[in-house]
Amino acid sequence: MSIDKDKIKHISKLARISIDSKKSDLLAKDLTSIFKFIEQLNELNTDKVEPLSSILNTPLRSREDKIDDGKIREKILKNSPKNNEEFFVVPKVIE
Amino acid sequence: MSEIIKKDLSEIIELIKKKEIKSEELTNLYIDKVNKSKKLNSYITTCFENAIQKAKEFDKKPNINSLLPGIPLAVKDLFCTDGFKTTAGSKMLKNFIPKYESTITENLWKEGAILLGKLNCDEYAMGSSNETSYFGNVINPIAENTVPGGSSGGSASALAANLTPATIGTDTGGSIRQPASFTGTVGLKPTYGLCSRWGIVAFASSLDQAGPMTKSVKDCSIMLEAMAGFDKKDSTSIEKKKENYSKNLKTDIKGLKIGIPKEYRVENMPKEIDELWNKGKNILKELGADIIDISLPHTKYALPTYYIVAPAEASSNLARYDGVKYGYRSSKGNDLIEMYENTRSEGFGDEVKRRILIGTYVLSSGYYDAYYLKAQKVRQLIKKDFDENFGKVDAILTPSTPSSAFKIGEKTNDPISMYLNDIFTVPVNLAGLPAISVPAGLDKKGYPLGLQLIGKTLDEQNILNVAYAFEKNCNFKNEIKNWWL
Repeated sequence: MSIDKDKIKHISKLARISIDSKKSDLLAKDLTSIFKFIEQLNELNTDKVEPLSSILNTPLRSREDKIDDGKIREKILKNSPKNNEEFFVVPKVIE
Repeated sequence: MSEIIKKDLSEIIELIKKKEIKSEELTNLYIDKVNKSKKLNSYITTCFENAIQKAKEFDKKPNINSLLPGIPLAVKDLFCTDGFKTTAGSKMLKNFIPKYESTITENLWKEGAILLGKLNCDEYAMGSSNETSYFGNVINPIAENTVPGGSSGGSASALAANLTPATIGTDTGGSIRQPASFTGTVGLKPTYGLCSRWGIVAFASSLDQAGPMTKSVKDCSIMLEAMAGFDKKDSTSIEKKKENYSKNLKTDIKGLKIGIPKEYRVENMPKEIDELWNKGKNILKELGADIIDISLPHTKYALPTYYIVAPAEASSNLARYDGVKYGYRSSKGNDLIEMYENTRSEGFGDEVKRRILIGTYVLSSGYYDAYYLKAQKVRQLIKKDFDENFGKVDAILTPSTPSSAFKIGEKTNDPISMYLNDIFTVPVNLAGLPAISVPAGLDKKGYPLGLQLIGKTLDEQNILNVAYAFEKNCNFKNEIKNWWL
């Protein structure tokens, strides 16, 4: 699979990362070589193999559905780049 | 006095227990050396005031029955520490101060350890040379301009330079074992689920594991004992009884079956590494182990599988960095979407962006089956290789890395050659197994090389024992000359 600039543009849009045109050339080159490397996997026939998504044999534990907000709003907001002491503040979404 | 910090953790613990040194004195010895060792760039943040205060508290009422009594420890800057900056080596988190403590570090403090500082690492643990950190390259104390490996490069460098008596790292594809090998230290990646991932900045959640990095195998057993344990806050934490790894450590390995996988003899592997591997086999044989040739036929597919699975999980995990709740936010952009795009473009470094893009692509509509599902199937085959062989052998011996430490800048322009560094370590993460890298010798440049012992699921005690027996009979000596002082 060869990755071109258009594909980089598409993926970077999905990933919400802006990429300038110079960087995008370099990325296309890097990703093309990485995908060539990755595609070695196509040598293997895996038709009858079950995919492995977790190495643990047991199902994930679930916890009780109990609200625990920890009462740490102030502490949590402290790390946000912009807040008004009660909420996270973002650029205007609706005109 | 300054000779004390050259000692192993276990020896220092004895000194504290015998009251031959106070925690505060010990802490000051490390602070002094850290202050003189800025050239190595192994620390991102120092927590000296905290360390002195906690050491004084310990000395007033010493609890010498804990595992790490009054021991100052620096940790990889991927572990969230309450009230202390946790950066993950990224511009994105350069001002992030967690309001909670990771379970692993909490476990260390409960055993008497004291936070000394936060150690440099590759950005979001993505790298094999510690050259992707926003806070600059880390230098390997073995020689100038040499990389310490990665991603736990700051941890390995600080440990080898005696800037902390022991440390902890995280290992997603080799990030503990490869830097341990490059610096002549011991590094263990536990079974997936043995050490809680709660409060560790996530990279690839089905592969990440925290583990100890130490100067000796005994130290490693003490640290693992302190770290391991069930944690209900991590849904993948294994529920089992705590083990006394340090008490049960023994050198008797008679009759153990050690597998030698032929697929690990890769093309272009330096002769020295092959010789070292043979030396390892011979030592274990003389100690009474049976050496058995085995085959792990899917080994060569481990790296390509890893470079689908890890970026896919990383791209999901790193979606949270949007400049809203915490971390860096760009001042550019006319609307919310542009704010996201600029924040992530300016906040992440090149390697992180590269992996997010790979991950986004392999998970994107129309490509999921061809890449991600395919990789999960091959991962199954890789795990099966190990499962089948662990019926026949008790542990597997391989080299830890295909080369010794390389020069800064040597591999930065070629991602694939950088990725190939993890060729011997990645299969273990994919299979969720425990593995330890133990120093085995020096190459002709005088740079250390390690051997890796891979164990069965939750068989940490066994690989610790084999490594312990090996260490006692290998006569490895790290030759670090303090050239940076």
